[in-house]
Amino acid sequence: MNKRNLILFGLVAILYIGTGYFQSWNLALNILTVGLLSAIMALGVNMQWGYAGLFNTGIMGFAALGGLAVALVSSPPVPAGWAAGGWGILAGLCFGVAVIIAATQIYKRMAKGKLRNVAMLALLIGGFFAFRELFDPSVEAVEVINSATAGNIGGLGLPSLLAWPVGGLLAAVAAWAIGKISLGLRSDYLAIATLGIAEIIIAVLKNEDWLARGVKNMIGLPRPWPVPYEVDLQQSAAFLDWATRYGFEPVGASSIVVKLVYVALFTVVLAIVVWMSEKALNSPWGRMMRSIRDNEVAAAAMGKDVTRRHLQVFVIGSAVVGFAGAMMTSMDGQLTPGTYNPLRFTFLIWVMVIVGGSGNNWGAVLGGLLIGWLWLIVESLGPGVMSVLTYGMSDGWLKAHLVDSAQNMRLLTLGVILLLVLRFSPRGLIPEK
Amino acid sequence: MDIINAIVAFVNFVVVPATAYGAQLALGALGATLVYGILRFSNFAQGDTMAFGTMITILMTWWLQSMGVHLGALPTALIAMPVGIAVTAGLLLLTDKFVYRFYRKQRAAPTILVIVSLGVMFVMNGITRLIIGVEEQNFADGERFVMTAGDFKRWTGLSEGLAIKSTQAITVITAIIVVAWLFWFLQKTRTGKSMRAFSDNEDLALLSGINPNRVVNVTWIIVAALATIAGVLYGLDKSFKPFTYFQLLLPIFAAAVVGGLGNPLGAIAGGFVVAYSEVFVTYAWKKVIGYLVPEAWAPDNLIQLLSTDYKLAVSFIILIIVLLFMPTGLFKGKSG
Repeated sequence: MNKRNLILFGLVAILYIGTGYFQSWNLALNILTVGLLSAIMALGVNMQWGYAGLFNTGIMGFAALGGLAVALVSSPPVPAGWAAGGWGILAGLCFGVAVIIAATQIYKRMAKGKLRNVAMLALLIGGFFAFRELFDPSVEAVEVINSATAGNIGGLGLPSLLAWPVGGLLAAVAAWAIGKISLGLRSDYLAIATLGIAEIIIAVLKNEDWLARGVKNMIGLPRPWPVPYEVDLQQSAAFLDWATRYGFEPVGASSIVVKLVYVALFTVVLAIVVWMSEKALNSPWGRMMRSIRDNEVAAAAMGKDVTRRHLQVFVIGSAVVGFAGAMMTSMDGQLTPGTYNPLRFTFLIWVMVIVGGSGNNWGAVLGGLLIGWLWLIVESLGPGVMSVLTYGMSDGWLKAHLVDSAQNMRLLTLGVILLLVLRFSPRGLIPEK
Repeated sequence: MDIINAIVAFVNFVVVPATAYGAQLALGALGATLVYGILRFSNFAQGDTMAFGTMITILMTWWLQSMGVHLGALPTALIAMPVGIAVTAGLLLLTDKFVYRFYRKQRAAPTILVIVSLGVMFVMNGITRLIIGVEEQNFADGERFVMTAGDFKRWTGLSEGLAIKSTQAITVITAIIVVAWLFWFLQKTRTGKSMRAFSDNEDLALLSGINPNRVVNVTWIIVAALATIAGVLYGLDKSFKPFTYFQLLLPIFAAAVVGGLGNPLGAIAGGFVVAYSEVFVTYAWKKVIGYLVPEAWAPDNLIQLLSTDYKLAVSFIILIIVLLFMPTGLFKGKSG
């Protein structure tokens, strides 16, 4: 950490403090929680891009898998739903996986030729129909049960903190599957394949009502320990005493306290991830990764298995993203598949990594906090600024259109920032050492 | 009779829509594959280029309509399209001048160019949304049908109807003309030949005195034309919505990869492979099968392999199969 970097972090801190001072502390803390989560995701992406040069365009999907983990682990159980078809669904899914494994075995074991193709096709098509036969009735049985409030298999009712590593695990499994297929081919293929898997994960979350209620959304997911609920705080005598002693208004103070606890919790996680990333980056493993990134042929000649190492770092990075995705869902208290959008969840994180400085963990953190702030502040200030800009114009169609579309300015601004940074300062604000 | 009814239902619900969609995808994929062949990167801004060109065409269409200009039975958008193409070509040439050229001179890695195209995508996406908004727009006018289901039933006396929307007919005819022209251009003209030479072996092409800037500029103009035409045809056939165009990126890439990235013929084949698979898998086969089997066997569920919500999954699965078993695609594109 040299002086220049400290100044950069100081400037970002001033942005947040200024927001609190001039607008509201509630907003500033809100943006800070999002900024911290984005910083963790950016760290995950930085492992893939900065250490290894892998281009992942499916960040949204891995974050959404983290969210799914929260719904499955920490939401209250729905015993009737599970009894109606939980085991059937599980059996169906296991059967599906078994068919795919059998097909890969046929591909590996049988000699190349027509017979193998026919056998594989027959197995896959037959397997697909058998899977639907097994799977569909259970799904229907689950979805009819109390569909206004449930209609899903329910969660395990475990603490929300436990869901976070599970989110990382789900994302890791998905990343392993996609990486196994597309790594080792030309670099663009990974980008295209991850773009696809992210869209499909969102489609599954939207349409499989039995899993997490689809677009009917999961609401009321429990908060992670130790975050209190505002209502509880406002009814606790100790808190009221404390608030009146310092002259705070209890309702406002309770919401600030809740956000502060979130900020503390997320900062701890961020600190751990940064510490581990720094250790990894400065270890022989990290040096190997960078040498593979800079010259794959030379690294391969030194006996490094490039594809395996790529797969490894891709899985680890995606797991970090999934972990942060789970944190985000448990903070929101709801899983709303409709709100996942690639511009916000994939490409924004990319801008954070590039602007912050790819290959440098502190750069990713700085980029997350800075771009996260910019993204949300424009959302709250944009219409106001646009009104000022169009003040001289006469009221009418054009003015209304411009004020309404102020939020679309964000895409334009971010695109321009990304292009400018790539062109004039490709190493980012905090360059790799 | 029942067999004929089954065939008519099949043509009406599968062949006609899939052919139109396939033609639209093929044009989009041609654009992506040309950029890949000549400029050597996967252009993530392809979907938003289509959206931009379509938007300009829509604005022009509205203006023409307000001036009272109509094409009779044909959609007004067809006259507006050249303007859309010209403006899009201008935008792409400016983008190339101010953005891509720098990296080309540096001989930057393809991944860097992909990220740069991501930035371009952001900007185009922002411009499109800023100007026309995020809402869905319908801009088709003129006759709706070449042949309605009712007419067909009256002529043939069958119980199944066959409807062909005029936008579907226009799509297919336009696509044939465009593709024929493109292949003539690539095979027979001097510029087309130099483009192919540049795509095959850049160094050798430069050595033989081919002007790289000219090749690149012509490529961008053709890409603008292809993207705008594909976007307008898709918008006429379905509707225009910026986010849908962004999502077209996946089927377009799937089509280009299936055909072999960098191979124009492959892109066309790939477009139809993806479109037909998508429609085949998401179509409810109940009706067709109902005609073909005795009444007692008629299926009581829809016989739909996947719900239409998963149509993106079809492109994705095709992509995975290609990556696993033939990374260079059906028509031997650039190596994997």
